[in-house]
Amino acid sequence: MKYYDKLIFELSEEGRCGYSLPENRWEDNTDSIPSGLRRTLRPNLPQVSEPDAVRHYTNLSDMNFGVDTGFYPLGSCTMKYNPKINEEIAGMAGFQGIHPLQPRSTVQGVMKLYGDLSAALSAITGMAAFTLNPFAGAHGELTGLMIMRRYHICRGDMKRTRVIVPDSAHGTNPASAAVCGLEVVQVKSLPDGTIDVDHLKTLLDDTVAGIMMTNPNTLGLFETRIEEIADLVHACGGLLYYDGANMNPLLGVARPGDMGFDIMHLNLHKTFSTPHGGGGPGAGPVGVTKRLESCLPLPRIDGEEPEGNAGRVSGFMGNFGVLMKAYAYILMLGKQNIRLAGPLATLNANYIKESLKDCYRLPIDRVCKHEFVFDGLAGQSTGVTTLDVAKRLLDYGFHAPTVYFPLLFHQSIMIEPTETESKETLDSFIEAMRKIAVEAATDPDMVRSAPHGTPVRRPDETAAARHPVLKYSLTAKSI
Amino acid sequence: MAFAYFPHTPDDIGQMLRRSGVSSIEELYSDVPESLRFKGEYDLPDAMSEDEVRRYFEDLDRRNARLTVFCGAGAYDHYTPAAVKHIISRSEFQTAYTPYQAEISQGTLRYIFEFQSMICELTGMDCANASMYDGPTSAAEAMLMCTASSKKRKKVLISSSLLPNVIDVIRTYTGYHGVQLDTIEISDGVTSISDLQLKLAGNDVAGVLVPGINRYGIIEDLAGFADAAHSAGALLAVYSDPSSLAVLKTPGEWGADIACGDAQSFGVPLSFGGPYVGFLACRMELMRKLPGRIVGATTDLDGKRSFVLTLQAREQHIRREKATSNICSNQSLMALFVTVYMSLMGPDGLKKVNDLSYGGAHYLHDRLLETGKFAEVFDRPFLKEFVLRTSIDIPTLQKALLDNGFFGALRTEEGYVSFCVTERRTKAEIDAMVGVIDAIG
Repeated sequence: MKYYDKLIFELSEEGRCGYSLPENRWEDNTDSIPSGLRRTLRPNLPQVSEPDAVRHYTNLSDMNFGVDTGFYPLGSCTMKYNPKINEEIAGMAGFQGIHPLQPRSTVQGVMKLYGDLSAALSAITGMAAFTLNPFAGAHGELTGLMIMRRYHICRGDMKRTRVIVPDSAHGTNPASAAVCGLEVVQVKSLPDGTIDVDHLKTLLDDTVAGIMMTNPNTLGLFETRIEEIADLVHACGGLLYYDGANMNPLLGVARPGDMGFDIMHLNLHKTFSTPHGGGGPGAGPVGVTKRLESCLPLPRIDGEEPEGNAGRVSGFMGNFGVLMKAYAYILMLGKQNIRLAGPLATLNANYIKESLKDCYRLPIDRVCKHEFVFDGLAGQSTGVTTLDVAKRLLDYGFHAPTVYFPLLFHQSIMIEPTETESKETLDSFIEAMRKIAVEAATDPDMVRSAPHGTPVRRPDETAAARHPVLKYSLTAKSI
Repeated sequence: MAFAYFPHTPDDIGQMLRRSGVSSIEELYSDVPESLRFKGEYDLPDAMSEDEVRRYFEDLDRRNARLTVFCGAGAYDHYTPAAVKHIISRSEFQTAYTPYQAEISQGTLRYIFEFQSMICELTGMDCANASMYDGPTSAAEAMLMCTASSKKRKKVLISSSLLPNVIDVIRTYTGYHGVQLDTIEISDGVTSISDLQLKLAGNDVAGVLVPGINRYGIIEDLAGFADAAHSAGALLAVYSDPSSLAVLKTPGEWGADIACGDAQSFGVPLSFGGPYVGFLACRMELMRKLPGRIVGATTDLDGKRSFVLTLQAREQHIRREKATSNICSNQSLMALFVTVYMSLMGPDGLKKVNDLSYGGAHYLHDRLLETGKFAEVFDRPFLKEFVLRTSIDIPTLQKALLDNGFFGALRTEEGYVSFCVTERRTKAEIDAMVGVIDAIG
């Protein structure tokens, strides 16, 4: 990676253009619009040639690290390989030209994809039906909670306004609940990160709309008492929501629908291999059991508009382009290979954990699923922190793990390798982590000042927040 | 068992199991109760080769009709320059995660900064976020921003002239969030300012949302709207087609506090409704209420200009149950898409796109009136989309168009028909469609 300092605005010169458009063949143009409705100043957008623009963005891409660049052990993000056939299919010209409001009779291929994909997701998760409309995991959570509320409201059960969320949950869980108008009640975790069932019992009453859980949880541990939890929550009239962020290790092993979950979302950009795109577009389909099917949002795959529907959460029917990629992946795996995905992801995680637990503190020492958490270096006398280890990893050509999450530990390093990484890749990562542990003891200043070989080094986040510069301007040029 | 995406050989697995201290992969799942193990066979197709997968999708493709699009209603058939598709398919952009590790994500961070800058330039706002899922959800989040910015007010007003799917998504979000929603009436095709003033009189409204271009394609004159909202203590948000903002008065010029909308009109393929990309921008005073990711400029240890995710105290992972938005990831790669598009187009290219769309739409409008089968509904300025009354039975009209490969004459809730023309539509296509309509008995 080499440092490249330009912004597109700095390449701009009056009179350059990067477009090719037909000559105006019409009598009228926008100058006929009443002047009171027109903007007064021309927008200060860049004026660049096509080669300059292409070179600029190519140079920017050279400062980026993706799954195709190297190993991305980012906990809770499931950075598996993104198969190239997915991209080719989503790029097929025929699919790109379809208007979302075309009558269904003209989009039978699209509707077949919606039907086939939702059926496949049902088979994989054990849920009865899906909506493919939500655009992301967090959007799926929000949609799922809307379904939960709608279900209770339709039954006339108006007082269920509380939702139980484990203290170890992803931040989106309580945030989605709050946006959905639900009061968040935290249930405690035991020292191993699983839910404290005794504490849960004290929270359950007729004001509980439901509980949000991941399984395996954020520490990569299976909630072994899930059946008991499901019985308790159902007995009090609540519903169980499954956050599908951690679904990957269960491919081929277990299904949320069989554990008693009523509503769930999947992150197609995690479990189903669609690229993360630097933060979207993703897709967060939501599955429900039979009794909640009428609550799925509009527009629905079945074309119905049942009275109990949760409303509309998206302009149209979700990120169709992403849905195609996920189904291409499912077809490639088929019923045979999908059984291997979860177990191999789990094997990779355990292999790293066991290979490093002598140099990094392992607060919970037992088999993990797809991911696990270290609590910093085993030897902490030199004061090298988790942040330093993460930054030093960049020098060795790896993306850093998720750090300082979950909040249960002070120096969390959360590692998720996924099933698409080879033993050789894992071995080289393990070797780098071991070297860093040695460096932390012998040359701590060097680790604390890492990274040393990246285009920029520890940008000043405090200054960025204190004096926000959020757009290009003459003053931005001088910083 | 070899499979293209799984590198493990039996020997690898054996060695890894030994290191892990177990004798089988099964043992790694010993904590999953027996009763929960999925032992059956997945009801899924058999594994396919790449070529078989391709055939499946080619078959899907054949089941869809290929139509020449003369409809808009929130999804516009603008041209995608080849260079845009080329850039967004670079794996360094496509296969990256959210740019948490700034040192190895300067590419993503820089294009988001450029995106924010361009959105500000087009909307006349001071700050923009890194993108939203789509236009309708950006509008819903804009409304939640209004109530979050107000100490006590829990009510928002939205124009009935907004696109129906925008209204529906706002209704869903505000409904669950406990925000009271009221609509402003339409008068002669545009948002009624007198109804707005009436509904603001209680001084209990946190925010107002009106469209720049409305559901009939009419360019709304928003003079006086900001004053009306502000004097009642409410914020004004404007929902815009950002492509049109290269020529039309900006939300900033109308005095708005928040701008939102869908940037799909920047050449993003129709793709049955997604992925698109929403935008959300605001005045500086509201910066800390803006949801989602925001990128800011700073310097690194060596004094080099650098970019980072900033103002994270606003975000869901910090605020948790106190959050007023749960968005984390957005549509980053699509933000790159429209950033490259805007870079290539520049101010003149965007003006030209609008001129061509305007010219074509007005030509079609006049040709349709000439058939004698259509009548004007509103005598108001429009850009690329318009509605007419028709004497033809609407299903008959729509079927005749579909049978001849055109998608046009979208029926509105009021029983009008709507048409849209972009720079992609040629005179020959327009004449051919009008010919089909002429031939209807």
